[in-house]
Amino acid sequence: MRLFRPFIPSLAMLLMASSAAGAQAVLIDKSEIRFISRQMGVNVEGRFRKWKANVDFRPKDLGKSRAEFEIDLSSIDLASEESETELRRPRWFDTAKFPVATFQSTAMKDLGGDRYEVMGKLTLKGTVRDETIPVEVKKDAAGNSVATGEFTIKRLAFNIGDGQWSDPSVVADDVIVRVRMVLPRAG
Amino acid sequence: MMQSRYTGTARALHWLAALLIFSGFGLGLFMTGLEIAPDTLRYYAWHKWMGITVFLLAAARLAWRAAHPPPPLPATMPSWQIQASRVTHAVLYALMLAIPISGWVYSSATGVSVVYLGLVPLPDLIPKDREVAKTLLLVHKSLNYLLAAVVTVHIAAALKHQFVDRDGVLDRMLPGR
Repeated sequence: MRLFRPFIPSLAMLLMASSAAGAQAVLIDKSEIRFISRQMGVNVEGRFRKWKANVDFRPKDLGKSRAEFEIDLSSIDLASEESETELRRPRWFDTAKFPVATFQSTAMKDLGGDRYEVMGKLTLKGTVRDETIPVEVKKDAAGNSVATGEFTIKRLAFNIGDGQWSDPSVVADDVIVRVRMVLPRAG
Repeated sequence: MMQSRYTGTARALHWLAALLIFSGFGLGLFMTGLEIAPDTLRYYAWHKWMGITVFLLAAARLAWRAAHPPPPLPATMPSWQIQASRVTHAVLYALMLAIPISGWVYSSATGVSVVYLGLVPLPDLIPKDREVAKTLLLVHKSLNYLLAAVVTVHIAAALKHQFVDRDGVLDRMLPGR
């Protein structure tokens, strides 16, 4: 665990980063970070109410493109207040110790046909893992770029829901994460 | 020839429903007092499955009843009792159908859909809404307490027929030949 100290960008860093040339302010109200976990065979959807994003997406210069996210884990929106409280506890997110999850892109790949792959490091509960997110970028009617991506993480690899909760027949190991980011049209 | 007892099918469906209603009601009371834990999630899932089964049994009973009318009541029964029994049975059937539906709608409002027996996903009847869910939970609970009251009357009446009136009304529904 000590080897993998979570990287938590400070607000100042994020502000600096977002004021950097080329960075696009994500339209937070139109964007969302949702997830689906399977409980007793039932897909239960949740989302995070508070998160920050710093996205600099240049389709013609992917080398300079990047995407960074910081998710306030205690802002979880789940089935009930009881389950949200439960998720903040040490056996799940342990938000007192690990208040945020971060994703830092390391590379992006053009797959053709508006499809991309975003590689990056996901830091969650003190564990850092490489994740690859397939992303599709489309224009909406207003000319904004809408990037949608879906990937699956293994909650147990991040010690999310350990001890009595580790039985995947009650809460599945796979958690589907769905990201939708709307970037304003350039200029 | 006029049947003097309920058919074997009607009796089997009645006692199966009774068993599930009692266990589902008890499990509901028990599980709502528990902390969230893996077992709690299991109990909620089982409770939902029991409820949907009660609904299916009630629908099957109504269909069976339409083709196989209940045996006659004793001629000695006063007409107010016959009326009361009709109303009680109508309310029992209505609640056996309404309570599972209220639980299903409530589940939809919480965002935790019902997957019957872990195999058959039931569609969400309404979108997720926490405030609506609170109201629906109250509706689900209230209907259940109403059911508990009507079941109490139902059982008390059956016992009165058996031990006070001794008119064989309960025999019509008891298991055995």
